[in-house]
Amino acid sequence: MIDKTVARPADALADVPDGATVMIGGFGGAGQPAELIEALIEQGARELTIVNNNAGNGETGLAALLKAGRVRKIVCSFPRQADSHVFDALYRAGRIELELVPQGNLAERIRAAGAGIGAFFTPTGFGTELARGRETRRIDGRDYVLEYPIRADFALLRAERGDRWGNLVYRKAARNFNPIMATAAACTVAQVREIVPLGALDPEVIVTPGIFVNRLVTVPPAGAAR
Amino acid sequence: MAHRKLNRDAMAARVARDIPEGAYVNLGIGLPTLVANHLPTGREVFLHSENGILGMGPAPPAGEEDWDLINAGKQPVTLLTGGAYFHHADSFAMMRGGHLDICVLGAFQVAANGDLANWSTGAADAIPAVGGAMDLAVGAKATYVMMEHTTKGGEPKIVERCTYPLTGVACVKRIYTDLAVIDVTPGGLVALEWVPGLSFRELQALTAAPLVSPR
Repeated sequence: MIDKTVARPADALADVPDGATVMIGGFGGAGQPAELIEALIEQGARELTIVNNNAGNGETGLAALLKAGRVRKIVCSFPRQADSHVFDALYRAGRIELELVPQGNLAERIRAAGAGIGAFFTPTGFGTELARGRETRRIDGRDYVLEYPIRADFALLRAERGDRWGNLVYRKAARNFNPIMATAAACTVAQVREIVPLGALDPEVIVTPGIFVNRLVTVPPAGAAR
Repeated sequence: MAHRKLNRDAMAARVARDIPEGAYVNLGIGLPTLVANHLPTGREVFLHSENGILGMGPAPPAGEEDWDLINAGKQPVTLLTGGAYFHHADSFAMMRGGHLDICVLGAFQVAANGDLANWSTGAADAIPAVGGAMDLAVGAKATYVMMEHTTKGGEPKIVERCTYPLTGVACVKRIYTDLAVIDVTPGGLVALEWVPGLSFRELQALTAAPLVSPR
């Protein structure tokens, strides 16, 4: 019997090595797998490269991982937030490397990695400093920039419900980067609010089929806020 | 003659007038977000949010926020009946793939050829952040800019060539400011309208690129 569920977040992340590239789902706090990030901090892996849309908010989740000094480099589109002071201080002190990627290029580079695409031409960023040094091509009169996939060793996701085969559904706009990151990592770990029996998820509405998911762990939300 | 600048709500109302029923629209963070408040009730417009929402509705009443349902500025929003959620690659396919009819973006500068600068002032100590601006700028069928006509210091923001780092090349179609509505055309910047009490000559003096008057 195939059962991808593990008991605790720590069990799902025991083998993350130093220097790993880790994708973390979410857009700001929505869809961010906070308990998996806490487990990653506990686990202690260092020199990580993190791929996320942002660079942490406040002092929790991704910001706490940064604050713990575990991140060598972050690949993101929008690090600057009203409450991104942890990242801001590390960046200004030269203690973290930033690869700034336009958000659609970030999404498509992740998608490309998961879909086996070697590289792709995109109009986004053409003629800007974020495309400096990149190969360009004019196709049918329009200018494009060559962009390469981003793949990861681990992807940490948050989903709403999953089953033991790893099928996932999400909740509202907490979906965001989670389904594409699921496809782009060697090992994809999802925290879900609830694990349901096989067959309980309508096959017509499964967003992430279990082939993309290696491990699941249940994390009930704190309190009844949601 | 004395003239009065449009305030932020008047600017938003002016942009809203040009958004037709049935349009798929993305409103940028900040000033453009106000446009949603001025779309007349009964006109069905599909608001897109880069983080995976079509049919985005207004902010919820206090106490009913759902932090799994936020907009690009990470503020709580709602979903209209008929709305949909989707992942980021699909969301940016809508943008980059030319499926959005209109995007409205803020700007630091717009050049006479439609170059847009709105993501970085290039300041040495600034934390750079670009988000979805570059995808929107090149992807929507029509990219509108909404901004004050000049900086707080009175410097023109419509210029011959942008001095700030570009967001997109020759991508802006129309500029809405607190003084005027200006189309970016192959024949130059065409001033379509300007506030009462302001002369075309005065508008030109506040604009660092040649304007063409249709009148």
